[in-house]
Amino acid sequence: MTTPSPAPESAPYLHADAVSVSYGATQVLDRVSLSVARGELVALLGSSGCGKTTLLRAIAGFVAPTAGRIVVDGRDITRLAPEARGTAMMFQSYALWPHMDVAANIGYGLRMRGRPRDAIAKRVDEMLKLLQLEGYGPRPISALSGGQKQRVAMGRALAVDPSVLLLDEPMSNLDYRVRLELRHELRALQQRVGIPAIYVTHDREEALTLADRIAVIDAGRIAQLGTPDEVFHHPVSPFVAGFMGADNAIDVVRTGDAWAWTPAAHGAPRARAHFRADRARLAAPGTPAGQGTVAVDGTVGQRVYLGTVYRYRIHAGADDFWVEDAERRDEGAPVRVLVPPDGLLVFPEAA
Amino acid sequence: MRPGAAALGETLARTVVLLLLAFAIFGPLANLVLWGFAERWYFPHKLPQEFGLTYWARVFAPRGSALASLWTSVGVACLTVLVTLAVAVPAGYALARLKLPVRTLILLVFLLPQAVPNLPVYVNIARVFYEINLNGTILGVVLVHASHGLVLAVWIASAAFASVDISLEEAARNMGASPWRCWTSVTLPLALPGLIASAIFVFLESLDEFTGTYFVGVPDVTTMPLLMFNASMGGNYQIASITALLLLVPSILFMLLVERFLKADVLAAIGR
Repeated sequence: MTTPSPAPESAPYLHADAVSVSYGATQVLDRVSLSVARGELVALLGSSGCGKTTLLRAIAGFVAPTAGRIVVDGRDITRLAPEARGTAMMFQSYALWPHMDVAANIGYGLRMRGRPRDAIAKRVDEMLKLLQLEGYGPRPISALSGGQKQRVAMGRALAVDPSVLLLDEPMSNLDYRVRLELRHELRALQQRVGIPAIYVTHDREEALTLADRIAVIDAGRIAQLGTPDEVFHHPVSPFVAGFMGADNAIDVVRTGDAWAWTPAAHGAPRARAHFRADRARLAAPGTPAGQGTVAVDGTVGQRVYLGTVYRYRIHAGADDFWVEDAERRDEGAPVRVLVPPDGLLVFPEAA
Repeated sequence: MRPGAAALGETLARTVVLLLLAFAIFGPLANLVLWGFAERWYFPHKLPQEFGLTYWARVFAPRGSALASLWTSVGVACLTVLVTLAVAVPAGYALARLKLPVRTLILLVFLLPQAVPNLPVYVNIARVFYEINLNGTILGVVLVHASHGLVLAVWIASAAFASVDISLEEAARNMGASPWRCWTSVTLPLALPGLIASAIFVFLESLDEFTGTYFVGVPDVTTMPLLMFNASMGGNYQIASITALLLLVPSILFMLLVERFLKADVLAAIGR
């Protein structure tokens, strides 16, 4: 189920041990285990409904696990009330309180902890400075832009020096440009403060750029856990390969020490080969394939212009897939697709 | 017909409809005002023969029954609001956090007693209250008014709480607030406008209530509507009209307030 990935450098700070969650008869999480080290950011990547948010909510204390344990810094928090856990969560909707100003939102956690008034004011000023929101303290939440709300939510979470930072798709309501900017800010901030963080997202690019490790979640289980590089280049299953962008799939058979495309079923042992649209090359029919390269003969279908390249839908026997190519080609033209051996991800057909 | 004439006809028709509407709304009010200031007004005269303030002086006389009943009414209404909110706030919150089909069902059940004719219910209440010595007491009248106002109050309160996004509460818990502090610092302040609106509705309902007060309160508790009833039964239209005009004042004031407090998101959640 999970590949052996390099152990986190320090001992795990947060450890979810075989956590299961069910809503009635529906099992949402099935014995998920995950460790996060101090200062590490782990992304939970998956499509909606896969259980990634449920795991986050179980750690925050909003969902009770039906089995398993959650340990933070040696303390079992599985059955603690949310307010006793010391985690800080950032919500997809920001969840800022509209009846308080920016400063009151950021200082709320400290007020609940009974800190003296001047200490709270000092900490709030610190957070405002850290988040480049100086002077925004007395503003009402409704007067903020999406990116500013995001920063205030960040400040509220960090103000209490949380044991774990839990981020539930915090960028999904932002414009693309703001998202890019905030993503790097968030990462820099998290590394500076050194808080372990779990980041739930359905955005592959976000997970790849932000995370130290990625847990790809599928139907309540961890499909693969590893560094972005591992998960991207060495997916362990067709699901992970597809989710990481290698969603072209063709039937191949073993011929000697290489793979060959099979347009129709043969008797030979078959496998499914995945590759990315940008790792294949389009060539004239009959172009000789190099050593180990898989050649697929097909015809050009739909054409999509992407700016620098065209993306073509290729029909080849029973297979349909997309290939990117700089050259403009016409629909219906015969074409040979060449997939180099290092672009191939081969998975034996499940028996 | 020429286009210009058609447009003219339309404008005319609209004006007539608006005037009729205005008459339907303000005609009875104008009659009240006339009666309030009439010293002498006998059939078949179309307008009072003599205007004056004698009856106003009588109503506002320091020992007049009108002022006493005004204070009774306001006192009863305030107590009714307290009793109603004490029930409606927890009930509304509990209902708001229930799943939707269950919530709708319970709210409908709450509404059922309203389908039963009021009169037999009040007769029965009066009988029961008589046996437990609540008849003719302020408490008895307050309880009757509260039972009446509760339906509306619970509906509005549950809508007010339902419009508070649950993630706002979760964020508070996550930041270290106990359930109670989360409720007092986040849930209650955010639901407050809706709760104030429901309090105002209950206050106005209580101020206006007649039937229940008649059965439970008479003769010891005299509220404004009862005074008005007695006055007009005794042919004293001036006193009745002045009382009615006085009752209008809080209604109009509070309606303006309610309009400010009841926001669209609360209104949209009512009955859901």
